[in-house]
Amino acid sequence: MTERLFEGADWDFHTLQRITDACETVALKDLGLDVYPNQIEVITAEQMLDAYSSVGMPLFYKHWSFGKQFAYHEASYRKGLMGLAYEIVINSSPCISYLMEENTATMQTLVIAHAAFGHNHFFKNNYLFKQWTDAEGILDYLDFAKNYVMQCEERYGRIEVERTLDAAHALMSHGIDRYPGKKTLDLRAEEKRAGRRRQHEEEVFNDLWRTVPAGKSKSRSALSVERRRKLLGLPQENLLYFLEKSAPRLAPWQRELLRIVRHIAQYFYPQSQTKVMNEGTATYVHYRIMTKLHQQGRITDGNFLEFLGSHTNVVFQPEFDDPRFSGFNPYALGFAVMQDIERIVTNPEDEDREWFPDIAGKGDVMGVLRDVWANYRDESFIGQFLSPKLMRHFRMFHLHDDPEERAGIRVDAIHDERGFRRVRRELARQHDVGFIDANIEVVDVDLSGDRRLILHHHVIKGSQLNETDAKRVLQHLADLWTYDVSLIEVDANDKVLREYVVSPRPIPAAVA
Amino acid sequence: MPIHIIDRRLNPGGKSLENRQRFLRRAKSLVQGAVKKTSQERDIKDVLEGGEVTIPLDGMHEPRFRREGGTRDMVLPGNKKFIEGDYLQRSGQGSAKDSGPGEGDSEDAFRFVLSRDEFVDLFLDDLELPDLAKRKIAQTESEGIQRAGYTTSGSPANISVSRTVRLALARRIALKRPRKDEIEELEAAIAACTDEDEREVLLAQLEKLKAKTKRIPFIDPLDIRYRRFETVPKPVAQAVMFCLMDVSGSMSEHMKDLAKRFYMLLYVFLKRRYKHVEIVFIRHTDRAEEVDEQTFFYGPASGGTLVSSALQAMHEIVRERFSPADWNIYAAQASDGDNSYSDGELTGMLLTDKILPVCQFFAYLEVGESGGSAFDLSDSSLWSLYERLRNSGAPLSMRKVSERSEIFPVFHDLFQRRETVQEKAAP
Repeated sequence: MTERLFEGADWDFHTLQRITDACETVALKDLGLDVYPNQIEVITAEQMLDAYSSVGMPLFYKHWSFGKQFAYHEASYRKGLMGLAYEIVINSSPCISYLMEENTATMQTLVIAHAAFGHNHFFKNNYLFKQWTDAEGILDYLDFAKNYVMQCEERYGRIEVERTLDAAHALMSHGIDRYPGKKTLDLRAEEKRAGRRRQHEEEVFNDLWRTVPAGKSKSRSALSVERRRKLLGLPQENLLYFLEKSAPRLAPWQRELLRIVRHIAQYFYPQSQTKVMNEGTATYVHYRIMTKLHQQGRITDGNFLEFLGSHTNVVFQPEFDDPRFSGFNPYALGFAVMQDIERIVTNPEDEDREWFPDIAGKGDVMGVLRDVWANYRDESFIGQFLSPKLMRHFRMFHLHDDPEERAGIRVDAIHDERGFRRVRRELARQHDVGFIDANIEVVDVDLSGDRRLILHHHVIKGSQLNETDAKRVLQHLADLWTYDVSLIEVDANDKVLREYVVSPRPIPAAVA
Repeated sequence: MPIHIIDRRLNPGGKSLENRQRFLRRAKSLVQGAVKKTSQERDIKDVLEGGEVTIPLDGMHEPRFRREGGTRDMVLPGNKKFIEGDYLQRSGQGSAKDSGPGEGDSEDAFRFVLSRDEFVDLFLDDLELPDLAKRKIAQTESEGIQRAGYTTSGSPANISVSRTVRLALARRIALKRPRKDEIEELEAAIAACTDEDEREVLLAQLEKLKAKTKRIPFIDPLDIRYRRFETVPKPVAQAVMFCLMDVSGSMSEHMKDLAKRFYMLLYVFLKRRYKHVEIVFIRHTDRAEEVDEQTFFYGPASGGTLVSSALQAMHEIVRERFSPADWNIYAAQASDGDNSYSDGELTGMLLTDKILPVCQFFAYLEVGESGGSAFDLSDSSLWSLYERLRNSGAPLSMRKVSERSEIFPVFHDLFQRRETVQEKAAP
């Protein structure tokens, strides 16, 4: 009989080492996972709160909004409203997992299996992460960002930097490229380039040229609308990118700040698209590893029961009329679908063979799952693999709420033969970032006139922008653009629903 | 595959401190308002313990483009009885409203915890003792360090390099230490020299120069100078605050509570802000006694009222211990305004002749019953006496308080930082 990994709840660093080794064996041999090298760090509750307030990253630039986050989390933690996460894991290479020191030995095992192997495999293999993030470079880039912001504060003043960052943060959700570009991100090169760019600017700066009278400018009217839009790369939905490249009066350092915020937003973009899958993968992996360890006799029955207790809490899905309900629990949904895939692959029913001819009865569970983990995001994952059996299990139904409808909210489909496909399609759409974020793009700039920046919001299903927030964000946008900005909300038939026009605030002190 | 396990628990904490300070700085006015509001509700002893404050989120809001309204579709778990085509009442069981896509505006207030220091700092931010004019060299703990020239001995950390090098240079010039280029010149001459005899002479010369160089060091221990510091007593404004409280039978529990709250605030404010403030507690019925703070705040007492007794006591203490030439003297009196009719004259005389001339500032707080509107109709005997004095130009500040919530504003009003003290006319 194999030796137990630990007894009771206590652990020390040797225990952690043994646990990690045991998990690694199961993860690599039995599950065939492919992970970044692991780095496991034990931290205190206070450090966990610190990490919370800087979006989970070990280092970040300074900004008041993170202080606000911290104050908020601290208050709710102290009051006992909020428990802290057992772990935080960072998509970097080596993959860093933070473990709380309060965890029992069983919890540490669970957390290591969950984060250091589950999440880690997903980060390394999912196509979105491969495409959009640079695990090797992220920590160095954050370090660069932190120092750069600090230098800017020294050179240009805290207030100025804060103003720019505030504006950039407001536009962060619209600072993302949604379609793969020509090349993948290389943050290390990015950092070097920023340094070189600055150096170059300093070298070639010559105040003389500013005073040289400009030649006769090209006749602006000759520029056709088409050509002008093409020159500016319009339409452009990445607002931060557009500002960085085309805003007329930003100082170079301000452009660099926008770039930093944009890169960080982009780094987190895959995570927002794969919440269900990411957590589902990690939960499925920890479940498999823990079960295996228990089978091997390396953890006791008591510890295994403790694990099952936490596991059940994690994958608990309250029903819609439960006061605890707040949407679908990504852990529960992801884990359920993956277990269901396991069932379909090994032990399918007729219904499954009809719905999933490709994988039903294929036998190789891990092969199928690894393929799923690599090539899907939440929307396509649910759209593809949510089975009728699972819809019946969760008793899913689809509500359609049209404010025009007097009779009330219509039940559009339920978990029956007629409704399966519609329920599934709708749930998939709920997890599509493209539908969640407002679709806003820059369509034109009035170059010959008052340089007004014109944006369109394509309204979907009559859902318009919150007015107060929209005005504030536009104010930030106008401050960066330094000329008027107008946002027009249009529906599918190009009918104008509402128009906002915002002028930039006067800048108290001259900006570089 | 190597696995690194790192213990980060010993890393210095407080990584978020800087961000937190930025946040507080930005939210200062909001937090300050919240602090003041919170302190009204709390027991005065707890005010200093810091704690939770709530600020409106609005000022600290981070806007984003958010969508709202329109037709909504949602998939929910837990269907029990619905079938396709059913209609649900909107305002009914709230089945739909729980899972709105946006966050909504529900988060309108923002709660967080301030540490003790943060709280008190914000609480007392813009207060000060008015007219802290008399500055005098005090006896203790007010020493500052000041540069005081150079010395030939001291700790290596205090070596003054520039001074040392300057002295060394002077000494080298005075003693005619050969310069490096002189020697080099000579060496070059020797190398170029062809005549054997001349060469001998030159070599001897070089020898001599080198010996001299050795004899006269580049830097001699004699040259070394250290920066000298000396401690100097710093002038400190010494102040004494007299707290005069009426504890006579006519003071109801509520009034005593108001008075004690006021003094507690005063006490906290002085202790926190001024290192060199003495506080003298005097409570009086028909006779006055000087008490320690414990008795002042918590000891029971009752009896008749003679305000003059307290003023007399204060006068004596001033004469014995606090020479008006050296001390800034302040007084704060709290009373319900009742005084024996016969005592009015004496009180007025004591104030005008003895107390007010030595006082920088005299605050009078009249406490009344809660919701006491009657108390606005006719002024109490003490109030009318003081008002008369003030109208004749005495440096008196007077306020009336009848509710707990008024204490802080009144206090704030009395001790607000100001350019000129308008109450104070020349005595």
